[in-house]
Amino acid sequence: MATDSGDSRAVAACFHCGLPVPSGTSFRLEIGGALRPMCCPGCVAVAELILGSGLGAYYRYREQPATNPERAPFVGVDELRRYDLPALQRTFVQTGDGAVRHATLAMKGLRCAACVWLIERHLRRQPGVTEIVINLGSERAQLSWREGETHLSTLLGEVARLGYGAYPYRPDWQETARHEEFRAALRRLAVAGIGAMQVMMYAVGLYAGAVQGMAQSHRDFLRVVSALVTTPVIVYAARPFFVSAWRDLRNRRVGMDVPVALAIASAYAASLGATALRMGEVYFDSACMFVFLLSLGRFLEMRARHRAADRVEGALRRAPETATRLVEDRHEMVAVHELVAGDRVLVKPGETVPADGRVADGIGWVNESMLTGEHWPRRKAPGDAVVGGTQNGESPLTIVVDRAGSETVLAGIVRLVDRASVDKPPIARLADRVAQVFVPGVLILAALVALAWWPSGPDRAFWVALSVLVVTCPCALSLATPAALTAATGGLLRRGLLVTRGHVIEGLFRATHVVFDKTGTLTRGRFRLVRARALREVSVDECGRIAGLLESHSEHPIARAFDAPAADGGRSGHLRDVVAEAGCGVAGILDGRHYRIGRPTWVAELCGTAQPTETPDSDAVSILLGDEDGPLCSFELDDAVRAEAARTVRALQDRGLAVEMVSGDNAAAVRRIAERLGLRTAMAAATPDDKLRHVQALQASGAVVVMVGDGINDAPVLGTAQVAVAMGGGTDLAMSRSDAVLLKEDLSVLVDAVDLARKTRRVMLENLLWAVGYNVLALPLAAGGFVTPYWAALGMSVSSLIVVLNAVRLGAMVEGRPMAGSALGKLGAMAVEPPA
Amino acid sequence: MNIIFVLIPLALLLVAVAIGAFFWAVRNGQFDDLDVPASSILFDDDEPPAGGSG
Repeated sequence: MATDSGDSRAVAACFHCGLPVPSGTSFRLEIGGALRPMCCPGCVAVAELILGSGLGAYYRYREQPATNPERAPFVGVDELRRYDLPALQRTFVQTGDGAVRHATLAMKGLRCAACVWLIERHLRRQPGVTEIVINLGSERAQLSWREGETHLSTLLGEVARLGYGAYPYRPDWQETARHEEFRAALRRLAVAGIGAMQVMMYAVGLYAGAVQGMAQSHRDFLRVVSALVTTPVIVYAARPFFVSAWRDLRNRRVGMDVPVALAIASAYAASLGATALRMGEVYFDSACMFVFLLSLGRFLEMRARHRAADRVEGALRRAPETATRLVEDRHEMVAVHELVAGDRVLVKPGETVPADGRVADGIGWVNESMLTGEHWPRRKAPGDAVVGGTQNGESPLTIVVDRAGSETVLAGIVRLVDRASVDKPPIARLADRVAQVFVPGVLILAALVALAWWPSGPDRAFWVALSVLVVTCPCALSLATPAALTAATGGLLRRGLLVTRGHVIEGLFRATHVVFDKTGTLTRGRFRLVRARALREVSVDECGRIAGLLESHSEHPIARAFDAPAADGGRSGHLRDVVAEAGCGVAGILDGRHYRIGRPTWVAELCGTAQPTETPDSDAVSILLGDEDGPLCSFELDDAVRAEAARTVRALQDRGLAVEMVSGDNAAAVRRIAERLGLRTAMAAATPDDKLRHVQALQASGAVVVMVGDGINDAPVLGTAQVAVAMGGGTDLAMSRSDAVLLKEDLSVLVDAVDLARKTRRVMLENLLWAVGYNVLALPLAAGGFVTPYWAALGMSVSSLIVVLNAVRLGAMVEGRPMAGSALGKLGAMAVEPPA
Repeated sequence: MNIIFVLIPLALLLVAVAIGAFFWAVRNGQFDDLDVPASSILFDDDEPPAGGSG
C-alpha cells in the first residue's frame, strides 16, 4: 500500500461499468466464457445478479458500459419502504381494477436499449408485476403491480439491485403538455405528408394533361379532388403556422411564420377560387409540399427539445421525501412538506435532515459538505443548529424544526439561483434577428412585384408574386441555424455532453473564459494518499498495513484512500475492539496494542501528549496513526486531481480560452493544484457569493464564461454563467441549474465540445451563406416571372434540404464509432460473438 | 379514362383509412419510444438461468 505509486500494471477497465480497476484489487467474474476484471464488489454483485437471472445476454446487447452501482445514489431498503406508505402513495399512485396499482417512475442510470431490456425482463419475472414499460428517451417507466402480491418498495429494490435508480414520479402539467404536443405534431405531420403525396400525384396528372391535353371534366375532377385533400392539410396540419403568424401580428412583430402563413393561405385561396371558377392555375401541390417540409423541420427540432426537457426534469424533480415526526413519543411518518416550525423530528443515522432546526436530543456528527465543502462531519449537541439537506452521521438526533419548506437555507439557495438564471443575458437566436429585418423586406418586395406585374393581368401578377413569396421564403434561412444546433446537440450527446438549453453551442463557440470549480470537478472529490511519513522507527509499509486494517472498519470517505488489506494471512484476526468515532477516526486493538488513526489531536490523546510538534507543511488533510507511546506515522491525503484535468486545461488554453479556477478551499491547496494544472488565475476561499461576483465581473468586462461545477455551492454561479456545465455525478441542484451535463466522468469531453461548437459555427455560416445566396439568385428570376410557384416551392425545398443535410454532418462527425444504424452494428456484433 | 371517377375516390377512402390507423397508433403510444423497440427486436429471449454465460 503506502504511496499511490503502487504497482504499475496497465490499468484494466471494469467489465461491468468500464471504470479503471483500482490497483491491488482482484475482483473477477466469469462472463461469456472468460474471466472479466471488475472494479468493485458493487459491480460484481450486479453482474452476478444479471447472470444468475439468465440475463447475461445484456453484456452482448449493450452499447455502453453500465453505470457504476456505487455511484448511483445509495438507497437503503428502509428508505424505499416509505414509498409503501398509503399517505405517500396517494400522491403518485393510481389504483386500477381490484388490487392493481399503477405508478410512473423516473429512471436513473439508463444508458442504452439493453438497459431497458434488462430491467423490463427482470421486473416481469417478479411475482405481482402486471406491466412494466420503460421509455428510454424520456427516462420514465410505467409500472403496474398487484398490491398484496408484492410491494412497490420490493420492485424499486430490484431495480436498485441491478444498479439503476427508480423513483416515484408525478408528471407535472408541463410534461403532459409536451406529450400532447408531440402527439399532435406527429398527427399533423402524417396528414401533411400523406396529403402532399396524394396531391402531388394528381399534380403529375394535371401537368401531363396541360402538356398533352385532357378533357375539361377530367381536369376539373382532379382539381376538386386536390382541393378536397389539400383542405385538411391547410386547416389541420398548417394550423400552427397560422396560429404563430397571428400571434406575431397581434404583438406587432413580423416573425418567420408571417410570410409562410401568407404564402400558404394565398396559394390555397387562389387555387380554390380557380377550381370553383374553372379557370386559372391551381397550386395545391405547392401548398401541401410547403406545409409538409416545414412541419418536418419543426417536428425534428421539437423532438430534440422535448427529449432534453424530459431528462432535465427527471434529474431536477425529487421523489416525495418523508420525515419521522415525534408526537407524544409516537413516531409518525409524514411528507416533508407537511412539517411546520415547532415540530419535533427524529433524524435517523444516515438520513438527510429534513428542515432547518436545532438539536433537542442526542449528540451526533452531521456532514455539511453539501453547503461548506468541508469533508469532516461537524459535531452537533443539543442546542446546535442543523441545516436542512445535510446528512446525519452515525447516531440518531431529535431536532426541533425552526424553519421548514420555502424558508430553509436550502430553499434560499435555490431562490438565489433562480434569480441568477433570470438575469442571464438572453442570447437571441440568430435566425430570429435576421427574420426581423428579412421578413418585412420579403413582404414589401412581393407587393411591389405584384404591382409591377399588374398591367399583364391580375392572374399573372398573382402567381409571380406568389413565386417571389415562396422563393424568398426564409425557410432555409430559418432552418440554417436550428438544424445545425440540433445536429450538434445530438453529436455532443453522443460524446457525453447532454445539452439541455438552446444557447449552449452558441455560448461554447463564443466562449472566452472557462471557469472550473475545484472539488469534484477538476478533482475527483475522493481522497487519495499523497504522502506517508513514519514518525518513529516503524516502516511506512507497516504503518500503512495497520492503517488499512483500521480504516477498513470505517465508512468515511477518507477511509477509501487506504487500501483494504489483501485477504489477510490470519493477521487481521488479532484486530479487536474496533470503534469508529465519527468526526475523529478509528480506534482498535491490534496484537494487544491500542491504535488510533484519525484527527491528530484525537490520536495524540491516546498517549496523553499534546499534538505532535511536527505539523505537515501542506494544507492537505493530514491524519495521524498512533499508539499508546505516541504518534507512529502521519498521512497526508489529497483530493486526487482527475487524470485528464491537466490535458484538458492545456487543450482549452491552446484553443485560446482563458482557464480559471474558483474554489471554496483554502489558498494553499488551491495554489498547489493551480500550479500543477498550469492555471494562471485561481480564486481561493470563495463563497458561492464570491464566485457569483467573480463571474459577473468577468462578464461585465465582456467575457463569455463557461462555468463547470458540481456542488450546491456552485449552483448560483452556474445560473449566471453564459454556459453552465455540471458534472453528471454532481448534485441534482447543480444539474438542474446547468445548461449542459457531462454524462461521462471525463473533462476532455469539454474540449471536444468546444471543437464541435466551432465546427457548428462554420456550418451555420455556410448554411446562412447558401440560404442567402440562393434567395439573392432566385429572387430576380422569380420577380422576372421566370419561375412558376411549383418550381419556386421545389427550389425552396431543395434549398432547405441542402441546409439540413449540411447540418446533419455535424451529428455524424464522431470518430471511429458506428453511427445511427446501431441496429445493424448490433447484428454485426452478434455475428462475431455467437450466443453461448 | 373515366375510370378515375371511381378509382380516385377509392384511393381517397384508403388514404382516410391509413390516416385513421395512424391516429390510432399515435393515441396508443406506438410512437412514444422509437429507439428501444428498434433494437429490442434483435435481443433474444431469455436464456436458462443456469448462472449461464452470455
